[in-house]
Amino acid sequence: MARLGTQRRVANMSATPEIISLSSVLPPGPAFLQGDEACAEGAIAAGCTFYAGYPITPASEIMEHICRRFAELPGRVFIQMEDEIASIGSCIGASWAGALAMTATSGPGFTLMLENLGYALITETPLVIVDVQRAGPSTGQATRPAQGDVMQARFGAHGDYELIALAPWSVQEMYSETIRAFSLAERFRVPVILLADEAVGHLRESLMIEPTVRVYRRRRLGGRPPFGDAEVPPMPAFGQGEKLLVTGSTHDAWGFRRTSSASAQATLVERLVRKVQAHEDEICRTVAYHCEEGPLDVLLIAYGFTARSALRAVAMARGRGRRVGLLRLATLWPFPSREVARHTAGARRVIVAEMNRGQVLREVQRIVPAAEGYQRTDGEIIEPDELLAVIEERERR
Amino acid sequence: MKPGSNASIRRLLRNEALPTPFCPGCGHGILLGAILRAIDESPWPLERYLFVSGIGCAGWIPSPHIAADTLHVTHGRALAFATGARLVNPELKVVVIGGDGDLASIGGNHLIHAARRNLEMTVICANNETYGMTGGQVTPTTPVGARTATTPQGNTERPFDLCRLVEAAGATYVARYSVWHTRLLIRSLRRALAHPGFAFIEVLSPCPTQAGRRNRQGSPADMLRALRTQCVPLTRARQMRPEELVGKMVIGELVGGE
Repeated sequence: MARLGTQRRVANMSATPEIISLSSVLPPGPAFLQGDEACAEGAIAAGCTFYAGYPITPASEIMEHICRRFAELPGRVFIQMEDEIASIGSCIGASWAGALAMTATSGPGFTLMLENLGYALITETPLVIVDVQRAGPSTGQATRPAQGDVMQARFGAHGDYELIALAPWSVQEMYSETIRAFSLAERFRVPVILLADEAVGHLRESLMIEPTVRVYRRRRLGGRPPFGDAEVPPMPAFGQGEKLLVTGSTHDAWGFRRTSSASAQATLVERLVRKVQAHEDEICRTVAYHCEEGPLDVLLIAYGFTARSALRAVAMARGRGRRVGLLRLATLWPFPSREVARHTAGARRVIVAEMNRGQVLREVQRIVPAAEGYQRTDGEIIEPDELLAVIEERERR
Repeated sequence: MKPGSNASIRRLLRNEALPTPFCPGCGHGILLGAILRAIDESPWPLERYLFVSGIGCAGWIPSPHIAADTLHVTHGRALAFATGARLVNPELKVVVIGGDGDLASIGGNHLIHAARRNLEMTVICANNETYGMTGGQVTPTTPVGARTATTPQGNTERPFDLCRLVEAAGATYVARYSVWHTRLLIRSLRRALAHPGFAFIEVLSPCPTQAGRRNRQGSPADMLRALRTQCVPLTRARQMRPEELVGKMVIGELVGGE
C-alpha cells in the first residue's frame, strides 16, 4: 500500500460553501484493513490534524496507526497523554486552536472522558470520540465485544444535552462513518461519538477508498457571537485576536459567565438540545433490508457488528419462506425515531438484537411497546444461526 | 504610555468584567496586576496570549478579566487543554493559572506530566493553602496544624513542596514568590514568559476569608506582613541551618534562574 501523499483540496462541487471536497490520502480503490486501522485512515482522510490518546484494548490500534501515519503527513500532531481525561482535554484545547481533533478509547476510558465530554457539549466544541466497546462493567473483559455503552454515550455526562453517536458495522464504515463523524461535529459544533465494538474494531476485510472526501468545514466568526444568535454559531479559533471567552460555566452569547441567571441557563440548554433534535433527518442514517417487500412477520432491529449476523439470519429465514426484514441503525443518537416508527408500522413482530441488556430495546419500546429483545452479554457475538432460531421459536409461540 | 503602568495595564482588562469577584484582602488581585504588568512589558502583543484556567478562585484571575483569548475549563484539567492548544498553534503564548487545589490536588497528575514534557508554557500556581470557593477545606499545600473546614482539629497531613515536585518532574524554570514581593514576582513572570520550556511559579497569596479567620491570622494587612517574615530569599536560605528554616518558605528562582 502506498503510504505517501498529502491532502489537497479539490474543486468545490457543492452549492454550500461549508462543504468542501478533499482528495483521499490512501490511493483510491480497494484496500484491506483492520477496523481500527480503517477508523484511523478515515480520520486522516477527513482532515484530522490532532490526535491525543491513551492505550486501551481494543482501541490501541487506532492510536498506533495514527502515530505512524501522522509522522508521514505534514501538519498533523500526535500525542500520547497521561490518561483519558487529559486525552479529551487536549483535544478540546486543540479544537479551539483550530484543529480537527480526535481521541479513541474503550468503555473504561470513555467513562473517564465523560467529565470533559460535558465541557465539550456546553462549549460546543467539534470533536470526535471513538469508543470501541468491550464487555463491562469496569475492566470486564478487555478483548471481548459488547454494546453496553449506548446509554453511557447518551446520558453519561451530567445535565441536559443532545449529542450524536454513530454505530459502524463494517471496516468500510469504520472508514466512512469516521469521516461523517468529523463532518457532523463541524456542522453542529457538537462532540460526535463513534460507537464501535471490539468485533468491528478487530475485524479485517476489504473496503473501497473513494477518490474524494466531502466534509463540512467550520466558518470564520466574522464578528458574530461565538455562543449564540444562530442555531449553530460559527466556530472561531484562538490566536486570531477575537478575545474569546470560553467557559464551562453557563454563559451568554459572547461567553461571559452567567452563573445565576435563569434565562441564560434556559436559553443555552434549549439551544444545545434543539440544534441536534431539529436535525434528526439530516443526522440519522438507517438502512432497511427487505422492508419494502410487503408486510413483515418479523422485523429485526440491530446495529454495529450484531447487524451483520442479523442480515445473515434474515437471508436464512427468507430462504425458508419467512417474511423477515432488518432495520440497521447506523446512527444511535439522536435516536432515529421517525425511521423506526415508519418501518415497525408494517411488522407484526419486532425483535431488537444487541450485545447488552436491552439499551436500544427500551428506546424502540417507546415507539412500539410490544417490541421484543434478544440479548447476549457473555462477551460473545450473536451468531446468525442463533438469531434464526430465535425468530423461529418466537413465531411458533 | 509607560509599559507596566496602571494606565497601561488597564487596557489589558475587559472593563465589563470589573470589579473582580475577589473577597476584600484576597491576594489574587495583586497577582492579576503582576501578571498584567509582566505581559505589558513583554515583547508579545496580547493577541498572542492564551490564558487557560480551571475551577476555583484562581481560575477566575484571567477569565473573564484579561482581554485576550481565555479558556476556562474543568477542575484540574487546564494543563491538558493548554497542551493541545499549544501543540496545534506554537505561536500561542500559553499561560496557565490555577490554585493549589486545582493544579496540585485534582490536577496533580497533569502537573507532573506537563513538567516532564517540558512543553513551552508558563504555569502560575496561586497558592492560598485552601479551597476558597467551596468554603475553606484542606488542600495538599495546607500546613500541618492549620484549621480548615475539614481539619477542625488541625491538619495532620504533610503539605507538598510544589516547587520541588515540579523540579523533580522535569520543569526547567521554577520560582516561588509571594504577593508581598511584587517587583521580584513581576521580574520572575517576565523571565517565565520568555523561557523556552515549562516554567512554573508558585505565588503565595493570602486568603483572609477562608484560611485567615479560622487560624486567627489577623487582618489582610497582617497576613501580607506575615508573608514578609515567612519568606526567606534563596541566597539567605543557603546560609541557614535546617532547623532555622522550619516554617519558612524559600523564595527566588529555584531552577533555571539568572
